[in-house]
Amino acid sequence: MNKYSSTERLLYFSNKLFILTILSFLAICILSPLIWIIISSLKTNIEFFSSPLKLPKYFLFKNYINAWNLGLSKYFLNSIFVTTVSIVLTVLVGSSCAYGLSRFTFKGQDIVLYSILGGLLLSPQVALLPLFKMLVKLRIYNTYWAMILPYVGFNLPFAIFLMRSYFLSFPKDIEESAYIDGCSHFTTYLRIVLPISKPILASTAIVTGISVWNEFLFALVFIEDKNLMTIPIGLLNFKDALVTDYTTLLAAVMMGSLPMILLFIFSQKYFIKGLTAGSIKG
Amino acid sequence: MVKKVSKLNKTNIAPWLFVLPGIMFILIFVYIPIIQNFYYSLFRMNSYSPDVTFIGFKNYIDMFSDPIFYTAIKNNSWYAIISVICQVGFGAILAIILESKFATTLNKYFRTIYFLPSVISITAVGLMWYFVYNPNLGMLNALIRKISSSDFDFAWLGNPKTAIFSIIAMSQWQYTGYIMVLIIVAIQKIPEVLYEVAKIEGANEFQKAIYITIPQIKEMLLLVCVITVIGAFKLFTEVFVMTRGGPYDSSQVLGTFMYRHAFFFDELGYAAAVATVIFIITFSLSLLQIKLAKSGK
Repeated sequence: MNKYSSTERLLYFSNKLFILTILSFLAICILSPLIWIIISSLKTNIEFFSSPLKLPKYFLFKNYINAWNLGLSKYFLNSIFVTTVSIVLTVLVGSSCAYGLSRFTFKGQDIVLYSILGGLLLSPQVALLPLFKMLVKLRIYNTYWAMILPYVGFNLPFAIFLMRSYFLSFPKDIEESAYIDGCSHFTTYLRIVLPISKPILASTAIVTGISVWNEFLFALVFIEDKNLMTIPIGLLNFKDALVTDYTTLLAAVMMGSLPMILLFIFSQKYFIKGLTAGSIKG
Repeated sequence: MVKKVSKLNKTNIAPWLFVLPGIMFILIFVYIPIIQNFYYSLFRMNSYSPDVTFIGFKNYIDMFSDPIFYTAIKNNSWYAIISVICQVGFGAILAIILESKFATTLNKYFRTIYFLPSVISITAVGLMWYFVYNPNLGMLNALIRKISSSDFDFAWLGNPKTAIFSIIAMSQWQYTGYIMVLIIVAIQKIPEVLYEVAKIEGANEFQKAIYITIPQIKEMLLLVCVITVIGAFKLFTEVFVMTRGGPYDSSQVLGTFMYRHAFFFDELGYAAAVATVIFIITFSLSLLQIKLAKSGK
């Protein structure tokens, strides 16, 4: 009836059980700090100080409301604004550049292409100090643009790399018929190329969005005004401001992480696609 | 004839209209600052004052005789070594198990859980672990106290011997799942035929992993090694959020070392020299990465 003997099957199932146990143990190790933080963020400070491992008497959602009112709402709006503008600029400027590089042959094209791809090799830390001086000189230090413009600059090389290889891979027939119908290059790009390329535009937007939403160093150095801070810097600011109110700080940390966690859980497939596409970026 | 000329002109300008905005952005915000950084490193200068003095390689000489510089290099290297072993080593083992015959319907959930920490921002993760490591309130010591029923209150981040390793341990928690998913993607690209042949030959799961899976994902493994090492030398946020390089500069890394000289000591030129070292290390590793990524395809 079965080609495996009963001992073989027993061995197989005991192996499987063993592996399952290890995997579950690891899952607990990964989840327990998160669960501990969530539970602690729902406690009063007294409960948190006296018994760090126990469940609270009742869940205190007031910590979350406190954190939100203490400035987290502003940090959220700032992050949303900076991320949205950076994504839009990166996708628009990047796709137009990728289109120019994949649909024309022109003098100096190779130099342009290699200098853009060369941008992939450069680490933002190295540009930090001169950028700081430049932004002061341009009088945009401590404004939203002090974050947005460098973000676009550093995200463009990878965005162009992604979109160019996509544009090169799809057939030019449709575009050619558009030219014959008398469309200009610009209308072809806007009306035909961009709509067909929605999947790659989405991947580019995700990669750019994650990197901008979580960015720390530029936001730390280029912004002074509390009213302009994004979530990562805002959380650090909370740490200094809420010296003793630990549980409100933990509520803020949880709330600040929630958007990415939710986005990940509900769009796992695109998320992983975007991040693995980002693997070359490092 | 006239029409032809105008069309020719148009095709000459058109590509530049498309590529120019992108080039300008990259030139102004990436290339020019990085080139300026080398220039800065040859001067004595401050953040806000316009006075600059040319001092040649003095900043580099000072840096190379600063013991904290070597602490930073050592800490970055520890981060790189441990991350390669843990993230790539264990990441690969986990990836192989999750894609093997032992795969159950639960595997999808394991993959999601392992990957989850990598989507949270480093600042948030750093603050979470800042509390996990807290000597009195933290989860880690509270658990140890419970198990050993003692008054264990070791300051993981407050002790010069353990600070950097506590930070490194947190990073393993955050990124092993991410590297694992990259390896899973590579495993899924291996042609099924190879495994069918192995099955006919009577290979067990372990032999399949050694003789088929690992050789087939060799390039990806190398690539993620390089990605991890580059990440190790770009390290900044984790250390800044958790210890700011302390106690007694014991957890200083190149990034925080640069930041400290630029914005605490106001020695922009010196900081630029540190940035040059970061540039040399990350640039050469990135070249290697691009080369590997190409050969992988």
